[in-house]
Amino acid sequence: MALLWTRDAPPPVPGAPRRALRAPRRGLLPFSGWHLVLAPTALLFLLPLAQMVLASFMPDTDINRFPPRFLPSRISFEGYSGLFTGSPVLRWLMNTVIVAAAAVVSHLVLCSLAGYGFARLKFPGRNVGFFAVLATIMIPTQLLMIPTYVMFTRIGVVNTLGAAILPWLASAFGIFLMRQFFLSLPKDLEEAARLDGCSQLGVLLRIVMPLAKPALATLAIFTLLGSWNDLIWPLIAIQDERSYTIQLGLATFQGQRRVQWSLLMAGNMVATMPLIIFFVAAQKQFVATMTFSGLKG
Amino acid sequence: MSPVTTVRPAGGAVTRPDRPDRPERSGRPGGSDRPGRPVSYRLRRNLLATATGWGFIGPAVLVVLGLSIFPAVWAFFLSRQKWNGFTDPKDVGWANYTRMSQDPDLADAVVHTLVYTALFVPASIFLGILLAVALNQKIRFVGFYRTCIFVPFVASAAATGILGNFVFNPQFGLVNNLFRVVHLPQQGFLEDPHQALVVIAVMSLWQQLGFTVVVYLAALQDIPKDLVEAALTDGANSRQVFRHVTLPQLAPVTVFTTIWQTITAIQLFDLVFTTTKGGPLKSTETVVYYLYNQAFHALNFGYGSAVAYGLFAVTMLITLAMVVYSRITKFEAF
Repeated sequence: MALLWTRDAPPPVPGAPRRALRAPRRGLLPFSGWHLVLAPTALLFLLPLAQMVLASFMPDTDINRFPPRFLPSRISFEGYSGLFTGSPVLRWLMNTVIVAAAAVVSHLVLCSLAGYGFARLKFPGRNVGFFAVLATIMIPTQLLMIPTYVMFTRIGVVNTLGAAILPWLASAFGIFLMRQFFLSLPKDLEEAARLDGCSQLGVLLRIVMPLAKPALATLAIFTLLGSWNDLIWPLIAIQDERSYTIQLGLATFQGQRRVQWSLLMAGNMVATMPLIIFFVAAQKQFVATMTFSGLKG
Repeated sequence: MSPVTTVRPAGGAVTRPDRPDRPERSGRPGGSDRPGRPVSYRLRRNLLATATGWGFIGPAVLVVLGLSIFPAVWAFFLSRQKWNGFTDPKDVGWANYTRMSQDPDLADAVVHTLVYTALFVPASIFLGILLAVALNQKIRFVGFYRTCIFVPFVASAAATGILGNFVFNPQFGLVNNLFRVVHLPQQGFLEDPHQALVVIAVMSLWQQLGFTVVVYLAALQDIPKDLVEAALTDGANSRQVFRHVTLPQLAPVTVFTTIWQTITAIQLFDLVFTTTKGGPLKSTETVVYYLYNQAFHALNFGYGSAVAYGLFAVTMLITLAMVVYSRITKFEAF
């Protein structure tokens, strides 16, 4: 792929053998010119994160001075202690873990079932149901905010974690993703299992699910990212500080502690680091998820 | 769409061992091709198939439809009412929609949203292609570069906003500090009505560029190598290959990314909420932020729903227009 648009590649001679095209370049630089694009970009992307990490360990005197420091003069936990004593951040984190776990588990179960139903079973109402589910992808969240808020008030989940969990129990995207995946599997195994007297649910659990790990991982990551980072549903439906998720907690907290940057950056660390660590550990799967939601979503 | 599938009868009562060896029929299993079966038997089997099918799809479909189509229809009824959530709703016909057309604040919000979209979408497409091409090279550290560019994608809009507030803080922020070191004039950034929207677009790009890059990277790797090599043997230089082979191959993906990023941009809310809250001087009040304020601060549920429907209509129109355009120009993205 190094053939694409390399700045200083030699002009190819018409009719020249292909090997000549891959001859090492002789440019002005001892390294590829692409580093000139990528290195500054990578730096731009990393600097804010570095600033977040460093500032979270700074004493306030380092931040509120002029000129401000980039590196802390000493490692301080003022920000973290202020965060943990000044706000129920651990509770918010726990709430978020509960919301995300419920969302992921429910997504995996419900979307697998529905995806399998739509892909393999035949019954009246299947196509209508599938069309209705697909149509919801077009509906923007903003259209749903007001009626959902009213609905949540009526069924009494406002101010509870339920308000953050309910919208994440299943999604049209998830159903679609699982259906497409199941359609791509060969049917022979399932039919053989059915002939041997296995129930439809048994086929799904014993034969299909073990094959579906890549799709399940994609769905799990998609749901984890979305539910962990969700702000809008908690924001409109949760006013009770004890039921805040970490995102809502931070957004609210920021309004009260405008300039206590070490404290706010410590909060950002708590909210973001779990996902960043997870991302670095499972980068390949993450990228597959992003690609999938991009190309097929 | 799905190939028509022959389906085993539910319940396991009536397996036909001869079936797998037989070619698929016209696609209507369980239909009239078995006249010998008694009616009650067929009825029971159909009931079983229905129960099994809906047992599988029911819970998820209930959640998805109950939390989208149902409230969406409800929002339409709300949009023809005047209601604050407590007192009795009053039917006002289309008044909320006529009010929209005369609302100067909404018009401002539309302008801000359009400006933001015009900043964000082309930049994310252009930079997405550029960085994807760069990351597709076989050079050293490319894995490290990829990680750097993808990592912000897992940060939430809230975290990005709070971090952005700090980095772009006029007194203590990193950016003004760097500007001072290289003797550039100090900027107001989020506190300057002329810059705030641009700064928010920069933050969005920081957080979301990884997505476009990944999509383009995948598309680049899907380009058949023969195409590139054939062009090269025909005497095209690498720039011509990029212009005439690579770019056209990326066109379908570009239709998708443009639609997707445009919808994302039109719905900008979280970042505004965690940075400027629409200020300074309402310069960053986007349509969704305005809608949020109307609904949850001014408690105009009816008017808020009308604005939401306006937003929905515009989203649909843009998507349709892009799909039609791509069909006409034969990009065949869909």
